[in-house]
Amino acid sequence: MKAKATRWPEELHRTLKAAGVRQVGYVPDAGHQRLIELCLADRALRAVVLSTEEEGIGLAAGAWLGGERAALLMQSSGVGNCINALGSVRECRFPLLMLVTMRGQVGEFNPWQVPMGQATRAVLEAMGVVVREANEAEAIVPAVDAAARLAFGSYQAVAVLISQAVIGIKSFQEQAAR
Amino acid sequence: MKATLHRREVARILLQDRGDLLVVAGLGSTAWDVTAAGDSPLSFPLWGAMGNAAMFGLGLALAQPGRRVLVLTGDGEMLMGLGSLATIGVQRPRNLAVVVIDNEHYGETGMQRTHTAAGADLAKVAQGCGIRNAKLVRSKGQLALLRKAIHHGAGPLFAQVKVIAEKIPLVLPPRDGSLLKARFRKALLGEGADLD
Repeated sequence: MKAKATRWPEELHRTLKAAGVRQVGYVPDAGHQRLIELCLADRALRAVVLSTEEEGIGLAAGAWLGGERAALLMQSSGVGNCINALGSVRECRFPLLMLVTMRGQVGEFNPWQVPMGQATRAVLEAMGVVVREANEAEAIVPAVDAAARLAFGSYQAVAVLISQAVIGIKSFQEQAAR
Repeated sequence: MKATLHRREVARILLQDRGDLLVVAGLGSTAWDVTAAGDSPLSFPLWGAMGNAAMFGLGLALAQPGRRVLVLTGDGEMLMGLGSLATIGVQRPRNLAVVVIDNEHYGETGMQRTHTAAGADLAKVAQGCGIRNAKLVRSKGQLALLRKAIHHGAGPLFAQVKVIAEKIPLVLPPRDGSLLKARFRKALLGEGADLD
């Protein structure tokens, strides 16, 4: 159980590939560290480092216009940076797959993360994004698999929120040590 | 130095005989300029998402490495997404050109001055972000060279084209986002684009 729980980034990488994802936009987050490394090392994927999460919305929309599927990796704070850009996703009915690692939840050590972390779901839903939560490691891959089908099969914007409990960073020191 | 180029003429020259060029037009005047040059299903005019035009172009260019992609946008729109130049500078797609039609004003909101009126040099920003081929364009001669580079040169390419700040009639593209998306994909990817 433990071993499987720690291998979810590898499974997620395979899930994204199986869903036909070719471009992965990301703003680094400690919770996405392993998945980002896997994407960067994969020559069949284009991993695109973004200067702000909002750029990822344009990247994914442009990719879809060109016939490719994209996924975005970000931290919950980055969801706030995407709000206006999400308007174009809704208006144009672009498919969108966002994997969001949560901060500001139970056990948060940085109070500045709490406001956006607590507002993440409401903000996404206000902009028409379907939200699914993965509160344990075993739930992540099935949630992303289903989210990808909903996004690309039914032209929806879908976000999977990966709980802070799964990522389990408890202090600045621990984050720095990763 | 006073600008002498007219924005509609700039768009017309850059898009002349555009062939299979894919075009993303930034929110506001540049979307009207691209439409005035001749609406096409292979033009994607943005009616929102200000600051994101260059990133639409990057995603499109990466998805379609065999096609040329031109992002035509305004100085105000580009200023809102300067970070995207750094992102393009990392990816360096050979088929992407970003051209800013710079009238130094926010044209749709009352012609307020933008940062470029105070000297913000977007071509230098692009160069500093790793887009080596970044130019300031002021003359028709340079414009002809720019057109050639967009269609045949090695990207990524950035150009800041100084134009006269003028109020001219609107030439509006369709504004239904779903329609614009669907017609673009159909024209680029074929009838089966949304059947897989």
